[in-house]
Amino acid sequence: MATITTEGVRHVANLARLEFNKEEMEHFTDQLARILGYIGKLNELETDEVPPTSHIHPHQVFIMGSETEASHVAKPDVVKPSYPREELRAREITAVELTESVYARIAEVEPHVKGYLTLTKDLALEQASRADAGFQNGDDMPALAGIPIAIKDVICTKGVRTTCASKILETFVPPYDATVMKKLHAQGIVMIGKTNMDEFAMGSSTENSAYQITHNPWDLDTIPGGSSGGSAAVVSADTAICSLGSDTGGSIRQPAALCGVVGMKPTYGRVSRYGLVAFASSLDQIGPFTKDVTDCALLLNAICGSDTMDATSVDVPVPDFTQSLINDVKGLKIGIPKEYFTPALDSEIAQQVHTATAVLEALGATVEEISLPHTEYAIATYYIIAPAEASANLARYDGVRYGYRNENPEDLIDMYKRTRSEAFGEEVKRRIMIGTFALSAGYQDAYYRKAQKVRTLIKSDFDAAFEKVDVIATPTSPTPAFKIGERTDDPLQMYLSDVMTTPASHAGLPGISVPCGFVKNGLPVGLQLLGAPFAEKKVLRVAYTFEQNTDHHRQKPKIGT
Amino acid sequence: MDTQYETVIGLEVHVQLRTHSKMFCSCGADYQLMPPNTRVCPVCLALPGTLPVVNSRAVEDAIKIGLALNCKVAETTKFDRKNYAYPDLMKGYQISQYDVPICYDGYMDLPGDPSSRIGIERVHMEEDVARLIHIPGQDGEAGHTLMDVNRAGVPLMEVVSRPDLRTTDQVEAYISNLQMIIRYIDVGTANMEEGSFRCDANVSIRPAGSTKLGAKVEIKNMNRIRAVTRALEYEIARQTEDVKAGNRVVQETRGWDDEVGVTVSQRSKEDAHDYRYFPEPDLPPLRIGASLVDHIRSELPELPALRKDRFQQSWGLPEYDAALLTSSRTTADYFEQVVRSVGAMAKGEMSAFAKETANWLNGEMARHMNNDGTTNVFDTRIRPENLAVLVGRFGRRELNNAGAKQVFGEMYRSGADADDVIEQQGLQQVSDTSELDPVADEVIQANPSAVRDYLGGKKTAVRFLVGQVMKATRALEAEPLMKELFEYRFTEGNGLAGHSFGNLFIAAMSGVTGNFEQAVSESSRVLKVTGRIVPSTLWTFG
Repeated sequence: MATITTEGVRHVANLARLEFNKEEMEHFTDQLARILGYIGKLNELETDEVPPTSHIHPHQVFIMGSETEASHVAKPDVVKPSYPREELRAREITAVELTESVYARIAEVEPHVKGYLTLTKDLALEQASRADAGFQNGDDMPALAGIPIAIKDVICTKGVRTTCASKILETFVPPYDATVMKKLHAQGIVMIGKTNMDEFAMGSSTENSAYQITHNPWDLDTIPGGSSGGSAAVVSADTAICSLGSDTGGSIRQPAALCGVVGMKPTYGRVSRYGLVAFASSLDQIGPFTKDVTDCALLLNAICGSDTMDATSVDVPVPDFTQSLINDVKGLKIGIPKEYFTPALDSEIAQQVHTATAVLEALGATVEEISLPHTEYAIATYYIIAPAEASANLARYDGVRYGYRNENPEDLIDMYKRTRSEAFGEEVKRRIMIGTFALSAGYQDAYYRKAQKVRTLIKSDFDAAFEKVDVIATPTSPTPAFKIGERTDDPLQMYLSDVMTTPASHAGLPGISVPCGFVKNGLPVGLQLLGAPFAEKKVLRVAYTFEQNTDHHRQKPKIGT
Repeated sequence: MDTQYETVIGLEVHVQLRTHSKMFCSCGADYQLMPPNTRVCPVCLALPGTLPVVNSRAVEDAIKIGLALNCKVAETTKFDRKNYAYPDLMKGYQISQYDVPICYDGYMDLPGDPSSRIGIERVHMEEDVARLIHIPGQDGEAGHTLMDVNRAGVPLMEVVSRPDLRTTDQVEAYISNLQMIIRYIDVGTANMEEGSFRCDANVSIRPAGSTKLGAKVEIKNMNRIRAVTRALEYEIARQTEDVKAGNRVVQETRGWDDEVGVTVSQRSKEDAHDYRYFPEPDLPPLRIGASLVDHIRSELPELPALRKDRFQQSWGLPEYDAALLTSSRTTADYFEQVVRSVGAMAKGEMSAFAKETANWLNGEMARHMNNDGTTNVFDTRIRPENLAVLVGRFGRRELNNAGAKQVFGEMYRSGADADDVIEQQGLQQVSDTSELDPVADEVIQANPSAVRDYLGGKKTAVRFLVGQVMKATRALEAEPLMKELFEYRFTEGNGLAGHSFGNLFIAAMSGVTGNFEQAVSESSRVLKVTGRIVPSTLWTFG
C-alpha cells in the first residue's frame, strides 16, 4: 500500500478543496499514515475473485428474512407503550400538558445533558394543541398523536434550522421536510427539538459537534456515544419520549447501548433516506430511540415504507411491527459469533451479554456459537467506504448556494478552500481526506475497490449465518461509555468503538440494541440483536421477550447527583 | 492536408433530451426560454438530504438513441459519480455513467458514403449543469457571476464515436446525420446553437499507413457545425506542422476561439482532472429487460437513411429530393400521407405526382413554415389530402404556377380546401385550347418575322410571341402553358395523330412567305391536340 507523504496529502487536499497550514499538514500526514496503515490489514485477504458490493440491495430484492414463526402459534401481547397513549385518548391528560411536562424536564436536566441543539417549543405547543383538538373531537388518532419526539439534527425539518452539528450549516433552514418527518407529522407527533450529534454523523462520542458536548445522563463525565448521542441522551434523560437518529456504522445502536435505551437500525432500504443529510449513502439508515421495544415497534410502524423520493428504499410490504411483540422465543435459534468476543471486549460487558443469552436460552431459544470470519476487517472496510462516499456527499458544501462562506476569498478556488477548511471540523476534514485519497487515481483499486470486495465477504458471512440461525446476538459496544476527551486525540481508537456495529452495517442488516445490564461503575450495557434483511420482526420478538423477562430497561439515571 | 499524414478523429457529442422532467427530479426540463431559476427544486439545487431518482423516460430515450445507432443495450447498467468542483455543478459531482454505459458497441453508416462505417463506442446517461453568466466588472470593479439552475439536471446523453473519422467532410456528415436521427426518433431538438447538441472532438495525426494512434488533442467550445470543421482544419494543420518540424504533439485540451479562428491550450494531460469515479450509491443498478428493449425497437421509426432509399425506390424521387424530405421525420410522414391520399396511379404518373409533391413541400411549404417559425408540417393548416388536390390540379395544369402559389398561400393561411379557394378566387387556368387557338393563330399570323427568327435559331423570339398572346387574352397566368405550347410546336418532333409534328410544321412553314394561311391552320390544329396531351407529358418537364 501507499506511503503517505506530505506532498501526497497536499495533492489530496487540493482535490478535496481543503487547505492546511504546515502544522496541520504534518498532523494530518501522520494521522492518515496511521489510519491507512491500519486499513492495510485488508491486504491479508485474497479478493481477486470477489465481486465488489456498492449497493446493499441489487436491482432486485431477495427477501431473506422470510417471516417464518416458531412452530407453535404464539400470540402478540396487548400493545402497552411507555407513554400515556390511553390517557391521551381518554382525555385524562392533554398533549399540551404532556409537552409542557417534557419542557419542564428539559429546564431541569438539559443544562447538564446538553442533548438539544435547537428547541422548538412554540411549534411543539402548536402541534400538541392540534393533537388535542383531534382527541377532543373523538377522531381516530394515530398511535403517536400528541407524543413528544426529538429529531437528530441531520434530518431535514421544514422551517426549522438543520445544522448537522456543523458550522457550515449553521444558518441552514430546509425548505422541505424529510420523508420521515412527513410521516411523523401525519401521525400528529409533537417535535420537541433537534438533537446534538457528531458533525455530519461522523464520530462515536458526539464530541465532534461544532456546538456542544452532550453528556451521558448515567455519568455526566462520560460521552453518550455517537453519532446520535443527543437523540440517545434525551430519551435516557426523559427530555423526550422517543427520538429519531441515524445509523451509518452504529450511530444508533452504540449510543443506545451507552445511554441505556432501545435503539434500532432497520434494514437498509426500510426507511426512506430522503431528507436525511447524507454521510455514507450506502450505509445510512434512520431509526428510533425509545424507552422500550414496544415504543420501538410503534415508531417503526410510523416511519417504515418505500418512498418514490428514495431509489434505495425497498418496495417490500411493511408489517405491523407490534405483531412481533410476542413474549416467546421458543424454537428460535440465536447465534453467538465467536469473533466478537476478543480481548478488546470489556470483560464485564462480555459477562452481561453471556448472561443475557442465557436468559433467552432459559426462555426456550436455542443458543449456538457461530462464526463470522471476516468480522475483524469490518472497521478497516468501513473507514474506506464511508469516507469515500462522504467525500462526494460533502462536496456540495462549497459556500456557493447556502451555509457558511468565507468572506474575503482571493478567487473561486480560494473561496472553496477557505470556506470548507474554516467551517468543517477536524474529523470531517479527516474523513474527506481519507475518502478522497481512497478514490484518487492510482489508489482506488488498492483501497476503495478492495474495501468493496471485503464488504462482499462480510455480507456473505452473515448470509451463511442466517441459513442456520434466526437472530445473532452480540455486545453492542466493546466498552461502556468512556470519559469525555478520552479518545479525541486518537482517531483510530475512536474508530474502534464501532467494531461491534459496523459489520451489520456493511450487510445492511436490521439491528437493535436493548439494555442488558450495567457494569460495576453503573454504566449501562447494550445487547445487540441482528436479523437477516427485512427480518425486523424476529429481532423485535427476541428483544421484546428479553425485555419482558428482565428489568434493565426500567432503570433510570439520576442526573447530576 | 498533407497526404503523408492521416488524421484520426473521434467525436463526443452531448445530446440534451426533451423529456418532460429532469433526469433525477420532477422539475420541468423545458428550461429554454424560461425565466432564470424557475425550474428548480431541492433535488436539482442539491440541498442537503435530497436524493436523485431516475427518470424512466430518459432511460427509454437513451435506449432509443442506442438502438438507432445499432448499439447493444446493457442488461444491467449503473450510474457513477464524477467528482469535480465548479459552481455550475450543484452536488460537487455529476451523476454519469463510467464503466457500464447503457448502450455500447454500435455504428453509424455515413449517408452517401456507404464504405465508411463509424463505430459508436458508447451512449451513456448523465445530467446537465447550471448556466453561469459572467458579468464583467465596470471601471475596475470586480465582476460577478449569475447562476441559472434551470438547466441543472436536464437529461444529457453522451454519444461517443470510435476514432474512425478521417476527414472534416465525414465529421460534418456524422454530426448532421446524428442530429437528424435524434430529431427522427423524437428525443431531442439537436440544435447546436441553442446548446441542445454539443460536440467535442478528439483529433490526432499519424504517418499514413500507421495503425498506432498519435497523441490526441481534445477540442472544446465549438457551437456550430462550421465551427467544428474549422477548428478541426486548424488543428490538423497545426499538428501536421508540429510533427513536420520534428516536435511532439502534446496531449492536451484546447478551446476553439471562433472569432480568431484558432485553438488555444486549456489544460495539459498533467493537469487533467482526477474525477474519482465511483458507483452512485443513491441509485441501484438498473436492469434493462429484454422485453423493454424489444418494445422500444419495435416502436423505433424507419431511420432517415433507409427511408431516403425507400423514397427513391418507391416513387422514383431524385436523391436530392428524397434526402431533403426525409431529413425531417414529420415532413417525410406528411409526404407519405399526401401521396397515399390519391389512390392508385400508373407508376410513371405516381412518380411524377410524388416529385411535384416533393417540390411543393421542399419549396412553398418550407418557405411558409420558415417565415412563421413552424417546425412541424402537421402543425400547419394544410391537411395532406388537401395538398394532394392542389398538387393534382397543378400537375394537370389546371392552375398555373403563380395561381397555384396563390391558392397554396390561402390554404396555408386559412386551412381552406384547395378546390374552394380555386373556385372563390377564379383561378382556374385558361387551359382550354379552343379559347387560345384563335388567339395563337392571330399572333402567328401577325408576327411572321418572329416565327422566322425562332426557326432561325433565335429561341428568345418565343417570349415575344407569348407576350403577344397574353396581351391578347389578358390572361397573365396563361404564360407557362402558352410558352410550352410554342416550344412544343417548334421543337417536338414525335408523332401526333399519325403525323410527324416537325415535318408537318416545317411543311406548313415552308410557305411562310407564300401560303402562310395553310401553315397557320395546321398549327391551329396542332394546338388543339397539344392542349390535350400536355397534362401527361408536362410531368417529365421538371
